[in-house]
Amino acid sequence: MATQHSRTAARAMMAPAVVLLLGWMLVPLIMTLYFSFKKYLPLRGGDLGWVGFDNYVRFVSSSSFWPSVQTTLLIVGAVLVITIALGVLLALLLDQPMFGQGIVRILVIAPFFVMPTVSALIWKNMFMDANYGLFAYLWEFFGAEPVAWMSQASIQSIIMIVSWQWLPFATLILLTAIQSLDSEQLEASEMDGATTLKRFWHIVLPHLSRAITVVLLIQTIFLLSIFAEIFVTTGGAFGSKTLTYLIFQRVLESQNVGLGSAGGVYAIILANIVAIFLMRIVGKNLDK
Amino acid sequence: MARAVTTQRKLINTGLAWAIGLLIFFPILWTILTSFKSEGQAIADPPLFLFFDWTLENYAIVQERSDYGKYLMNSIIIAGGSTVLGVLIALPAAWSMAFVPSRRTKDILLWMLSTKMLPAVGVLYPIYLIFIELKLLDSHLGLTIVLMLINLPIIVWMLYTYFKEIPGEILEAARMDGASLKNEILYVLTPMAVPGIASTMLLSLILAWNEAFWTLNLTAAKAAPLTAFIASYSSPEGLFYAKLSAASTMAIAPILILGWFSQKQLVRGLTFGAVK
Repeated sequence: MATQHSRTAARAMMAPAVVLLLGWMLVPLIMTLYFSFKKYLPLRGGDLGWVGFDNYVRFVSSSSFWPSVQTTLLIVGAVLVITIALGVLLALLLDQPMFGQGIVRILVIAPFFVMPTVSALIWKNMFMDANYGLFAYLWEFFGAEPVAWMSQASIQSIIMIVSWQWLPFATLILLTAIQSLDSEQLEASEMDGATTLKRFWHIVLPHLSRAITVVLLIQTIFLLSIFAEIFVTTGGAFGSKTLTYLIFQRVLESQNVGLGSAGGVYAIILANIVAIFLMRIVGKNLDK
Repeated sequence: MARAVTTQRKLINTGLAWAIGLLIFFPILWTILTSFKSEGQAIADPPLFLFFDWTLENYAIVQERSDYGKYLMNSIIIAGGSTVLGVLIALPAAWSMAFVPSRRTKDILLWMLSTKMLPAVGVLYPIYLIFIELKLLDSHLGLTIVLMLINLPIIVWMLYTYFKEIPGEILEAARMDGASLKNEILYVLTPMAVPGIASTMLLSLILAWNEAFWTLNLTAAKAAPLTAFIASYSSPEGLFYAKLSAASTMAIAPILILGWFSQKQLVRGLTFGAVK
């Protein structure tokens, strides 16, 4: 149906978006690669020549590298488990008939729209502060010693804050998927005498598997690069330094661009491994 | 999968769902309530829930002390600008991919998605350097462009999935009637695409408004948006919960309201059409 003329027009219409994104991807990427092979200290002598894979080796062998990888995996893993497990339960509940469903949805989705700097600050001060936070009152009310969350349980605190932010996302997507479930199939299985648990396990969960995978991958990509939540709460102290934050510190705080860039390349490789799986799923969907 | 249930069951569902909903919403509710307290009441023991002396003074103090209006304007300019710019660039691209697809359309779409996966921290310094070189650091223009580029893949994808739903027969009919490409876009497509474009803009606006990596790292004083305004409250002195709450409420209110309208589009936009 398309003529040669419209093909040329189509290509011209795509050009601005394609060119811009190509530039946005390639220029910084090439520069990062370039810096990663240099000893480059902007405030202490600038470009000090090529060093081969020195930065890559040094980044990995620095004492803060493995702890930061562990922290990253711990935060990402814990948030994924919490948001998906609670998200499935919450989506199942929200799918049930009830009064005021629309309002409940609005309440549940709200945290997702709160900017990360705000949610981190609210949690840190008004809930987790050891003197005046609401948790401190609660703990005291039940006769327990208030916890200095940010210093004593920094990783757990960040996991809590980030889970609160991402639970709405998981819930909303899983709810959308549940709503497309064929109710006849469920009714049939009910008549065959399948228990609620069996129905969940054999019908609902398999139906949700793709939505869960999508949530898993998209959240992983966003969670690998959480920044503001750490920036305004602990500033990377108390063992809460993630890989993203470590690279940020190397580049901007200690101004060691070569070393930071090598770290950046590691982060890019890590994100791409996750991305490949996500693209497969999305790509399959395009064929339909 | 809604099915007929007893009223009793429905009541139990309602109670449980409302309780959980309120629990999840509580931090936001608490922040809004605290913003109307005096600093002394904000840390009262036991905590005051509704029965306190409501006051607006925190809002006045926050505006006076850190010029909320300026940051709000910056947020509006940057988020609004990047959204408008992004949609202008994405519209023709999404249109051509949806209506004149070629063998490579799928690859291009997936490649665009892949640029979204690039971790920001990996390219922080190059962007920083380019910004210094082009004198874009702490400028509206620079941040607008960066946020536009970050959200461009999502905008293209969302518009693409909306355009895909417009039946091709209508376009063919218009062409048979002799409509030019320009008229086809202007009079046939646009009216049908407006709802999709509006939802896309809404989501882009929300994402740009809340973006906190680039806005924190590429601005200082002049172009700093609300994310930076709030971050400046992270090292407080003295009693400040009520003021922090007022500042937070002001920072999130506009987008919270927009967000509630766009929750359905969120699924489409952020899953790239993979969950329906």
